[in-house]
Amino acid sequence: MKTLIVVAVLGIISMLSDILGYRKILFPIVLGGLLLALGITVCEWNAPAVYFDMLVVDNYSVAFSSLILGLLFLWMILSQEQYKSEFNMADQFALILFSSVGAFVLVSFSSLVMLFIGIEVMSIPLYILAGSRKSDLRSNEASLKYFMMGAFTTGILLFGITLIYGASGSFDIGAIKEYVANGGGETSGILYTGIIFMIIALCFKVSAVPFHFWAPDVYQGSPMMITAFMASIVKTAAFGAFYRLFGFALSELNAEWASILSIIIIATILAGNIMAVGQTSVKRMLAYSGISQAGYMLMTLLVLDERSTNALLFYAGSYSLATMTAFFILYTVGKEKNSEDFDIFNGLAKKQPLLAIVMTVAMFSLAGIPPAVGFFAKFYLFAAVLNAGYTALVIVAVIGSVISVYYYFKIIIAMYGKEAVSEHTPAQTSLKLNLVYQVVLVVLVTLIVLFGINPTILIGVI
Amino acid sequence: MITALLIVFPLLAGIITWLLKDKKAAWFAFGASILEFLISVVAFINFSPGSRAYELNVNWVSQLGISFYIDMDGISILLVMLTTFLVPLIILTSFIREYKNSSLFYALILLMQSALVGVFVAKDAFLFYLFWELALIPIYFIALLWGGENRAKITFKFFLYTLFGSLFMLIGIIYLYLQTGPDFHTFSIDAFYKVRLSPVEQMWLFWAFFLAFAIKMPIFPFHTWQPDTYSVAPTQGTMLLSGIMLKMGVYGVIRWMMPIVPYAMGANWGGHAAIILSITGILYASVIAIMQKDYKRLIAYVSIAHVGLISAGILTMSFEGLQGGVIQMLSHGINVVGLFFIIDIIFQRTNTRMLSELGGIRSQAPQLATFFMIILFSSIALPLTSGFIGEFLLFVGLFNYSGWLTALSALSIIFGAVYMLRSFQLSMLGETSDKTAGFTDVTGLEKAVLIPITILIFWIGLYPKIFLDISEPAVVSIIDVIKNTYSLK
Repeated sequence: MKTLIVVAVLGIISMLSDILGYRKILFPIVLGGLLLALGITVCEWNAPAVYFDMLVVDNYSVAFSSLILGLLFLWMILSQEQYKSEFNMADQFALILFSSVGAFVLVSFSSLVMLFIGIEVMSIPLYILAGSRKSDLRSNEASLKYFMMGAFTTGILLFGITLIYGASGSFDIGAIKEYVANGGGETSGILYTGIIFMIIALCFKVSAVPFHFWAPDVYQGSPMMITAFMASIVKTAAFGAFYRLFGFALSELNAEWASILSIIIIATILAGNIMAVGQTSVKRMLAYSGISQAGYMLMTLLVLDERSTNALLFYAGSYSLATMTAFFILYTVGKEKNSEDFDIFNGLAKKQPLLAIVMTVAMFSLAGIPPAVGFFAKFYLFAAVLNAGYTALVIVAVIGSVISVYYYFKIIIAMYGKEAVSEHTPAQTSLKLNLVYQVVLVVLVTLIVLFGINPTILIGVI
Repeated sequence: MITALLIVFPLLAGIITWLLKDKKAAWFAFGASILEFLISVVAFINFSPGSRAYELNVNWVSQLGISFYIDMDGISILLVMLTTFLVPLIILTSFIREYKNSSLFYALILLMQSALVGVFVAKDAFLFYLFWELALIPIYFIALLWGGENRAKITFKFFLYTLFGSLFMLIGIIYLYLQTGPDFHTFSIDAFYKVRLSPVEQMWLFWAFFLAFAIKMPIFPFHTWQPDTYSVAPTQGTMLLSGIMLKMGVYGVIRWMMPIVPYAMGANWGGHAAIILSITGILYASVIAIMQKDYKRLIAYVSIAHVGLISAGILTMSFEGLQGGVIQMLSHGINVVGLFFIIDIIFQRTNTRMLSELGGIRSQAPQLATFFMIILFSSIALPLTSGFIGEFLLFVGLFNYSGWLTALSALSIIFGAVYMLRSFQLSMLGETSDKTAGFTDVTGLEKAVLIPITILIFWIGLYPKIFLDISEPAVVSIIDVIKNTYSLK
C-alpha cells in the first residue's frame, strides 16, 4: 500500500515537472523515489496488513512488489537514451509510473474489484505508450490493436468477476475461497463459467496461446523500451495476479480447471517456440519467446504450493532480467542500423565485444543454459512441477526449451560466427557506449551469472 | 581441498588468460596447465583408495539440498589425470599454428578443463549436471570461432543435439531427487544410490540418462553430430572432444547410471539393447572408416568404433568390463590426441587431409612415421601397447556376458587393422606425391607432444598394474552398490 502511494506520488511529480520547471532533476528524483519505495516495501516484510478489505500486504505481495520495483529501476536506467532522444520525459515517466501502480495493485489485491482496477490502471497508460511514436504507422497499429483487444478482454474479465460474485456473493478472495471450500452448492455451474472467463482474460494478459495474437504485433510496433516494459514488468505483474487469484481463492478447484490449463500450457509452449523459430525480426522473435516463457510460468498454476510460488517469483525475475537486457541491446544495436533483423548482429563480437558478451549471457539465460540464472529458474520450476506429478508437461517443456535454443542461438551465431555485412555498417565507429552503460551492462551480466551460481538468497523467500 | 583446487585453478587461470595479450596468453595458459598437471600428480601420488581425504562437501543451495560435494575415487582420479595430462599437450599442439584472438582460445580451453575436472569429481547430481553443461559452452565457442567451413551450422547441430540429451537427463535427475527423502530431498549421490525404484521407473530413467550419455559418447544411432563436428572443429577442439569430453559420457554411465538403475541395465529393453546398439556402432563405424577419404573424418569414425567397444564392455556391469573400460578410456584419450596431432602435422605441411593426395611421407620423415606407427599399433590394440590391455579386459567382460556378441564385436579387431593399416599405407608408404615431396620431419615442439604420448602408451601397455590397482577399489565399490540396489527390488 505504501509502495503504491509513493510510486503514485512520483508519477504526479513527474507530470508536474514540465509546469514547475524542474525537468532537469526529474531523473534523479524518480530514481531516488524508486529506491525509497523499494526500501519501504522491504520494510513491510513479515508485517502483514489489510487495507480497506481491498488490498493485502503479505510476503507474496512484498516479494512481487520488490521485484517489480527493482525491474522498474533498471528499466529507468536502461531506457534513458530512448526517452531522452525521442519522447517527452515527463509524460513517459508519469505514464510508466502510473502503469506500475496498477502492477502493485495486481500483486496485492484481495478483492476482485481491485483485480479489475489494477488491470485497467496498468493497461491504459500502456495503450498510450504503445502508440507514443506518433508518426510511425506500426506504433499506431500496436496501440490500437492493444487497446481493442485489451478492452475486449476487460469485458470478459468483468463477466467472469460478475459470475463469480453471482455464485459466491462476494468480491473478497477470502470469502470466495470459503465458498469454494464449502462445495459451491447448486450455483457451481455459474462459478465454473466465471472461472473459465477469468482464465481467458488472464491468459490474454500473460499472452498465452490461443490468446496471444496481439502480442507479436504490439511488441513489434511499440517503441523498443516500452516493449521491454511490457515483456518484463507487465508480464510479471499479470502472473502475480493470475497466481494470486487461482492460488489463493480457487486452489480447491484445481482439478476442475487443471485440464483446461494444461492444454493452454502445452499449446503455449509449443506454439510460442515453434513460431519464434521462423522469425526474421529479433523483436518479433523475442515476442514469441515471451509467449513460450509464459507457458513455462503457467505451469506453476497447476501446482500451487510453496515451491511453485517461489519458482514463479524466481522465474519471473530471471526471465524479466534477461528479456530487458536483450531488448536494451537490441535497441542499442538496432538504432544505428535502423533495423531489427537478425543480421544486424552479424560480427558484433568483433566490433563490440561487451555488447556481444552481454547478449550471449542474456540468451543463455533465456534458453536456460548454465551458468546463467535462467538455468536455475528452469530447473527450480521443473522440480516444482515434477514434484506435483506433471511429468508429461515437463517433457513438453523440455522439448520446448530445446527448440528455443535454436532461435536464441541464431543471435549468438550471428554475433560470433558471421561477418558483418558491409552495407549495413557504414559507420562502424558510431556504435559507442558511454561509461554509464558499460558499467550497467557489466552489472547486468554479473547479476545474471551471480544469481545463476548462487541463487540461495532468492530461493524460498515467500 | 585439492579436488576443489583442481577445478578452481584452471577457471581462474582461464580468466587471467583471457585478459592477457595473445602472445603471452599462449605461454601463460601452457604454464597454468602444467601447474595443474603437477597439482594432479601430487593428488595422484598421495591418493589412497577408500580414504575420503579428497572429499569436500559444502552446502550450496541448502533449501533445495544442493551441495558443492566433490570427491575423487580411483576412477575419478584417473580421468582427472587424463584431463590434466592431455590439456598441456593440447595447448602445446596449438603452437604449430597461429590462432587469431588466441587469448580467448586458450582461456576457453582452460575453462573447459575446469568443467571437465568438475564432471569427473562431482558427487552431487546438480553439480554434475552443471559441470556437464558448462563443459559444452567453451567447446561450442572453440568450434564456432576457430572452426572450418560451414562451422556455424555444424557446431550448432552438435550443441543442440547434446543439449537435447542432457535435458532428459535433467528430468531424470530431478525425478530421482524427488524420490530421495523422505523428509528432505537431496542431490547427493549417496542418497541417489539408496533410492528404491520400480522396474518401470528404472526403465524410464535408464533411457533418460542413456540418451544424454549415448549422445555424448556417441553411440550409434546418436552419433550423427560427431563426424562433422570432429572434422570442422580446430584440431585442439577435436582433441578435447574426442580425448576427454567423450569420456564424460562413459564416466556418466559408470557413476550415475549403472548403480542407480541396475535392474533396467540387466533388462532386454534396457542394458541389453544398449549393448547391441554399441556393437552395431562398432561395426557400422568401422565399415565407414574403411571407406573414408578424409583423414580426420576417418579418425572420427574410428573413435565411434572404439567408444562403442568401451560402452559395450562397461554396460555388461562386470568387473573386467569396468576395469577394461577405465583403462581403455585412458588409452583411447592418449591415442586419439596423438592421431589427431599427426594428422594436423600432415595438414600443416601439405595443406591436405585427403588420403589420396598423400603418400611416401615415411621416406621424408622417418621419425614421424615411427611415432605414427606406435600410436597406430596402440589404436589397433597390439600387445605391449596400451590399447591391448583395455581391449582385452573389455572382451573378457563381454565374453562372460555373451559369446555371440563378443564374436561380433571382435570383428572390430580385424576392421581396425584394415582401416588403420590402410590409412598408414596410403599416407606414409608408397611414392611421394607432389604435396608430400618436401615433407620435413618432426620438430622439437612436435616431439615434446609425441614423446610423452609414446611413453604412456608403452607404460600402460607394459605395466598397467599401477592404474588397475587404483581403479580396482572404485570399481568394486560400484559393483557393490549395483548389487545392493539390484536386490532392493
